[in-house]
Amino acid sequence: MIQGIFHYEFLQNAFFTGIMIGLIAPLLGVFIVVRRLSLIADALSHVTLAGIAASLLLGKYFSAFNGLNPIYIGMAFSVSGSLFIEKLRGVYKHYQELAIPIILSSGIGLGVIFISLANGFNTDLFSYLFGSVTAVSRTDLWVILIISIFVVLLVFLLYKELFLLSFDEEHAKASGIAAKSIHFVFILMVALVIAASMRIVGILLVSSLMTLPVAASIRIAKGFKQTIFLSIIFGETSVLGGLFTAYYLNLAPGGTIVMIAVLILVLALAFKKIRHKEPEQVGGE
Amino acid sequence: MTEQAIIEIKNLSYRYEKDMVLENINISVPKGAFLAIVGPNGSGKSTLLKLVLGLLKLQKGDIRLFGEEINHFKNWEEIGYVSQKANSFNTGFPASVFEVVASGLTKKLGLFRFLKKEDKRIVMDALKAVGMDPFSKRNIGELSGGQQQRVFIARALVSEPKLLILDEPTVGVDIQNVNSFYQMLSNLNKNHAITLLLVTHDIGTVSDKATHVACLNKHLHFHGEASEFEQMKNDEMSDFYGHEVQMLLHQHEHGGVYK
Ligand SMILES: Nc1ncnc2c1ncn2[C@@H]1O[C@H](COP(=O)(O)OP(=O)(O)O)[C@@H](O)[C@H]1O
Ligand SMILES: [Mg+2]
Repeated sequence: MIQGIFHYEFLQNAFFTGIMIGLIAPLLGVFIVVRRLSLIADALSHVTLAGIAASLLLGKYFSAFNGLNPIYIGMAFSVSGSLFIEKLRGVYKHYQELAIPIILSSGIGLGVIFISLANGFNTDLFSYLFGSVTAVSRTDLWVILIISIFVVLLVFLLYKELFLLSFDEEHAKASGIAAKSIHFVFILMVALVIAASMRIVGILLVSSLMTLPVAASIRIAKGFKQTIFLSIIFGETSVLGGLFTAYYLNLAPGGTIVMIAVLILVLALAFKKIRHKEPEQVGGE
Repeated sequence: MTEQAIIEIKNLSYRYEKDMVLENINISVPKGAFLAIVGPNGSGKSTLLKLVLGLLKLQKGDIRLFGEEINHFKNWEEIGYVSQKANSFNTGFPASVFEVVASGLTKKLGLFRFLKKEDKRIVMDALKAVGMDPFSKRNIGELSGGQQQRVFIARALVSEPKLLILDEPTVGVDIQNVNSFYQMLSNLNKNHAITLLLVTHDIGTVSDKATHVACLNKHLHFHGEASEFEQMKNDEMSDFYGHEVQMLLHQHEHGGVYK
């Protein structure tokens, strides 16, 4: 694959896209996990699926949509889905988690209707569900690059506000920062990152790329910055390792990426166990 | 004119749905005071604090902070807050003590600003003030309840507030540490000139450390200096406060758990 990268455009696309989502998915994932919003990623990825299906369906009947990259309508759906979730969380103040299954099932429902209206799809849809090494286009690469720059810059600039909001929402509000707007920007970023990641990992596995590396790093990291750093290292390892494996074994990359992330998680749990045993034997604190 | 009050509450009433939770409350907190608000569970103490902090919307009455009407008040970084929830936060949160305390500077630094060397020193100073500086690199979840509570106070102190508001900070703190905890608060009040507003259950401890006391149970039953409170507490207090408090007072006087 290393040599292939210089020869084949599709490999370049997959490789560079992989590097970017290996960075941004775990970066936002850390905030999602510590705020206990992991399921939002799942809900939004299924809404994105509905958008992709809608785009493919439109392409089938209207030639104007034929050349359109489905990522745009997918992104539009994901962003609107995130806005609906926020609205619903306001309506069900005491059952905020209800917003997630409502949006998730609406996403699947719409997606299934669009798919059956088009009498099923070709392999295109399969690649959106499980990711693909070969299907990443130059347009995808550019769109994802723009999203990545946008997300990294915003997280960098809003880092202390995002931290405060994640650690203690009430305190964030009491301290007088614009908690609502910052939360809104955050949810928007999540929606965009999900739309960006699905090209490589696939819709069904996007949320695992946002949560598994974080689940591993949270076990061993000291402090929040280190948690972010380790999550990104684990994310990159999973994505790049998964892409190589998928390419050589001719598998859908979503599965290989997630399985490497699971492997890292298991190692992290084992590492924690070993490290915890030591001070006990020495009789430390 | 006498010195301006830090908090001035006038004719304040509040209801969540249909039942009144606070009715016609008048409280004035002078500069440098250490006001303890006591009252049984569900008497509206936390509600009162949330109104003062602008977390709940004013329905009836007025609140002035530093002389400014609350709706126009902007300098929230002058007020430090340690919420009742601070002792039930997500203990698995992967943040170091230093990071938690530094988050108290968020508003003061402002958007798109980063911690500078000077700010890091301020964070360490706040940790020193509560005796937690040796733990700055630990994850917050690895500390005991009492240590966590001190960290949250350091976080409130780091923006150098003139007023510190605490909601039942000793819940979940073991009894041996409660006294040293109040000693630390008293020190902040006397030596750092921070006005304190403390909601508490520990009536016993209140009167030796606080300068003023307010007894709340929907209505304000007493509001005055700690010495006056001391005089009346035995007879009148038990009238509205009930059995629970009589017991606490009893323990206190006999050198019970609160001594
Ligand atoms: N968010 C809320 N919605 C409805 N009622 C509430 C809410 N918060 C508190 N209450 C009610 O208001 C009363 C006062 O509560 P609170 O201020 O928390 O009391 P305290 O802090 O003195 O224990 C209680 O009867 C409580 O049930
Ligand atoms: Mg309370």
